[in-house]
Amino acid sequence: MVQKLDTLEETPSQTAGPYVHIGATPNFAGIGGIYPEDLGLKPFPDDAEGERITIRGIVHDGTGTPMRDVLVESWQANADGQYGPGTQGWARLPADQENGIWTLETIKPGAVGAMAPHIALWIVSRGINIGLQTRIYFDGDDLSADPVLARVEHRNRLPTLIAKSDGPGSWRFDIHLQGDAETIFFDM
Amino acid sequence: MTLIPRARAQHPLAYAPGYKTSVPRSPKLALISMPATPTEDTGPVFGQSMLGELDNNLVLNLTGDPAIGERVLVHGRVLDQSGRGVPGALVEVWQANAGGRYRHKKDGYLAPLDPNFGGCGRAITGEAGTYQFLTIKPGAYPWPNGPNDWRPAHIHFSVFGHAFGQRLITQMYFEGDPLIPRCPIVNTIPDQSAIDRLVAPLDMNGSKPHDFLAYKFDIVLRGTRQTLFENKKEGM
Ligand SMILES: [Fe+3]
Repeated sequence: MVQKLDTLEETPSQTAGPYVHIGATPNFAGIGGIYPEDLGLKPFPDDAEGERITIRGIVHDGTGTPMRDVLVESWQANADGQYGPGTQGWARLPADQENGIWTLETIKPGAVGAMAPHIALWIVSRGINIGLQTRIYFDGDDLSADPVLARVEHRNRLPTLIAKSDGPGSWRFDIHLQGDAETIFFDM
Repeated sequence: MTLIPRARAQHPLAYAPGYKTSVPRSPKLALISMPATPTEDTGPVFGQSMLGELDNNLVLNLTGDPAIGERVLVHGRVLDQSGRGVPGALVEVWQANAGGRYRHKKDGYLAPLDPNFGGCGRAITGEAGTYQFLTIKPGAYPWPNGPNDWRPAHIHFSVFGHAFGQRLITQMYFEGDPLIPRCPIVNTIPDQSAIDRLVAPLDMNGSKPHDFLAYKFDIVLRGTRQTLFENKKEGM
């Protein structure tokens, strides 16, 4: 036998279940009167510097069905590539309960060190036993020196991390949990 | 914040066919592992000023009149893997009412809604990482999975420490519940000792006579690597 290490184990994850919105965005879930407003309604104040953009997407399950009960959280740097202050840069994106579309109205992040502009996403829902980490990069940016993308062995999967422009200031980023276009998820 | 790589064996499997919904909702390809970057090492900072007085009182926070059920205080600490309390962590909870029914339009279970129970609460941890909620013990409820599956009584927890890479959602169970080992969602976790860490013990010393029972639930978030040669305090 040997001594015990002092390091504690992380608490195990469990699925967020079908009613994550009761806990995370109760006003969105129709439970008014407890909190004046939900947390994470928008990532930046209206007067924040930078290019205003809107990103929309759907999280698809392995059958291709839009996940209407999903909750996405986003975390990003500001236009200067800085994180914070306070809750700036963070948002909660509940999927539309009819069509599954989540919408992020934000500013385009700046590069963070050697990393190209990107937005981190964390995805939870019923059936997801541990939250999924992925990233949004932007089509048209120089991604060639990004150290995270450089670690992806299967280069043919990189497009799953790159949002496509579908109009001025408007971007599309769909996520696929399975299938030919399975999104890259990270353990980092 | 120094994030320690996740020990995935302590966590549920993504694909756990006993929990049917995980079958189409689990990635098939391997996760891509790499060290956390500044994006994962940072996160939003929440302040006590964001919270209302009754936010951590689920018994009263919907209408001000008490919800029906067994009154329980759920309390504990949010810790990092070095065992240090994490102050300023956002802890959010949601749960069914005493009959096992959620206040959600998709929940059609025949148990009635409680007009005085909303089912959500939130707290921000204090200096030592402590938090508490006053609530009612949720009821067990049936769910469509196997032909006769029931969830043990549980409270859903979302925890936000100091880093986006620490983000965690989990569920707390109650000591002694015979439904725990029968639950397909619990059993997505292959390691029994990891399951045990989700079961809150009854804490008679934390209970208040003639008022509420208490259960203790500590939560460990990823990080921080304690380095021998580091003299500066965390965050400085
Ligand atoms: Fe539940």
